[in-house]
Amino acid sequence: MVLKLRSDFFHSVLLDEEKCKGCTHCIRRCPVEAIRVKGGKAKIDEELCIDCGECIRTCPNHAKYAQTDSMDDTLQRFKYSIALPAPAFYPQFQPNISVGKLLDGLLKLGFHEVFEVARGAEILAEEIKKYLSLKNIPKPVISSACPAVVRLIEEKFPSLTGTLLPLDTPLGIAARIARMRAMEKGYRSEDIGVFFVTPCPAKVTEVRQSSDDVGRIDGAISISQVYSRIMNMLDELEEQKSLQFSSWKGIGWARSGGEQESLNEGEYVAVDGIHDVMSVFEKIEMGELSGILYCEAQACVGGCIGGVLAVQNPFLSKVNVQQLVKRYPEYHLLDDREGKELVREGVFRRRRPFQARDVLKLDTDYRKALEKYQVIEHILENLPGLDCGACGSPTCRALAEDVVREKAQEIDCPFLLREKMLELSREIFDLASKVPQTMNEERGKQTIESNQDSGTATGESGS
Amino acid sequence: MENRDPLFEVSREIVGADFQSAGDISGEVKKILLQAGFPPPFIRRIVIAAYEAEMNVVIHAFKGIFTTVIYPDKVHIVIDDEGPGIPDLELAFQEGYSTAPPHVRELGFGAGYGLSNMRKCSDTLKIDSHVGEGTRVTMDFLVKSQRDGAEVEK
Ligand SMILES: Nc1ncnc2c1ncn2[C@@H]1O[C@H](COP(=O)(O)OP(=O)(O)OP(=O)(O)O)[C@@H](O)[C@H]1O
Ligand code: SF4
Ligand SMILES: [Mg+2]
Repeated sequence: MVLKLRSDFFHSVLLDEEKCKGCTHCIRRCPVEAIRVKGGKAKIDEELCIDCGECIRTCPNHAKYAQTDSMDDTLQRFKYSIALPAPAFYPQFQPNISVGKLLDGLLKLGFHEVFEVARGAEILAEEIKKYLSLKNIPKPVISSACPAVVRLIEEKFPSLTGTLLPLDTPLGIAARIARMRAMEKGYRSEDIGVFFVTPCPAKVTEVRQSSDDVGRIDGAISISQVYSRIMNMLDELEEQKSLQFSSWKGIGWARSGGEQESLNEGEYVAVDGIHDVMSVFEKIEMGELSGILYCEAQACVGGCIGGVLAVQNPFLSKVNVQQLVKRYPEYHLLDDREGKELVREGVFRRRRPFQARDVLKLDTDYRKALEKYQVIEHILENLPGLDCGACGSPTCRALAEDVVREKAQEIDCPFLLREKMLELSREIFDLASKVPQTMNEERGKQTIESNQDSGTATGESGS
Repeated sequence: MENRDPLFEVSREIVGADFQSAGDISGEVKKILLQAGFPPPFIRRIVIAAYEAEMNVVIHAFKGIFTTVIYPDKVHIVIDDEGPGIPDLELAFQEGYSTAPPHVRELGFGAGYGLSNMRKCSDTLKIDSHVGEGTRVTMDFLVKSQRDGAEVEK
């Protein structure tokens, strides 16, 4: 049974109906074919959406947006607010602005404390190393840091769910440690607000689905929102070295390839951009890449610096990441006592289990499902195969599937509709040229006679 | 059990040395099984075996026909090729044995694990081969098989 948590239906990619013109850009770009245009407006199927943000990126009318929290509301909700900046936050700025200054900026904006997700990432890297050294783990292990990729696997590559890294994300780990530390300082958990500065809607969804204990994350503020405020106070920023714990190891996670760099030598693959991720997963499913130990996969081109809520062009921010990586070469090992404590507190454990979601199946009974599959093939034969999207479905095959799932009609295809109309008009024309018996005696007689003929004289068709 | 009617049947042509579309048939089989709603571990071992068999025709033979038949209790796959045939089956099954030429190895194939992977993934595997004529690979995958718990390693 698929467990349906209420939060399963939460999504952070939303549609602004006013702005949507009903064009078909998004439906063709969506990697999981979750969007249809119906009645002149795009509709996102919540069961299928993986929050990757491709539609936000591609919409020419900016009708798709990510639901994030406003910073001002956020800061008022709790007595003690902690900001968790994503690794992708730093390289939005020129690399001459130090991490210490940027963290100071977050405090100046009104947060009481900061905890770097980059630090969460490098602590996690040590745990990943331990996991990868275990025997008998299915390979390649696929990174579970990008929530859009995890959801993609659960939906489109269910047989790979067992290969996902069964540890929490850098964000989840950072959030847990941040709250634990604040509680040690004497704050009550209900007075502590933990907020992620996010590069993407997928992470907003992760925030909304965070567990309701020490791991709770109370909100997600977009990088773009924080960026503009910090840009306005660049001159006031002070270098606060003591706020920074992260190094090259965690900061590098901002871009594709950063995860593998933080691990030991070995066979790794890093793939970014959701469409390329899918093609690599196809290969993994077929058993290729089984010599690879770890697969880093990120939905955004370039990795998290390519997230839709980032401001900088990802190719430029990649340069910034390289600079930061050089600038902070010194990794601070967790001391033994702290490391043991984190393990004891279950900081690395993943709370939300990976679940194959069989949303692709056509019927609960596989006999019926196979019949439906054949009907799809049959419908496809009559469709023009242009994949033009004019029917509101992304491809001809998708339309055929929608028909079988009773979500669309064949004649939603304008070409098929035209053909049907042509047929109909021919029929009408034929009918119109036939004159009723009552009006044409001779013809009427003939018809009646020939009817009688065919009734008695079958087989005499040689004339 | 054997004489139960098939629920579904599809045949596709494999073109030798066509690395562009290599894997498409296994991909289609995967899609059919996913849409039919079969359990993911079951699908996984079929797809791995199907892909190995498909690739063997692409790499080692000239052309072939790939047929998938779905029964209520099993998936039956037959790959019939026209090609050089396999002179020594026992040798061919040895892990690490491969006659793949260098340009194919450069593409990442030719580790010599294909046949043994097919054996591990399937419930029954039969190979009829005639040197100079061709090879027929027949595999069955039982829906209720104990293999679905085990992971396949290459
Ligand atoms: N359909 C076939 N026709 C002719 N020879 C074959 C065929 N399938 C396998 N062989 C022979 O058997 C050998 C072993 O096959 P196997 O699939 O185990 O390894 P491979 O194809 O060489 O490498 P890998 O499958 O690991 O990429 C091949 O190198 C080839 O000589
Ligand atoms: S790659 Fe990073 S920014 Fe993009 S969706 Fe995944 S987690 Fe978000
Ligand atoms: Mg092979």
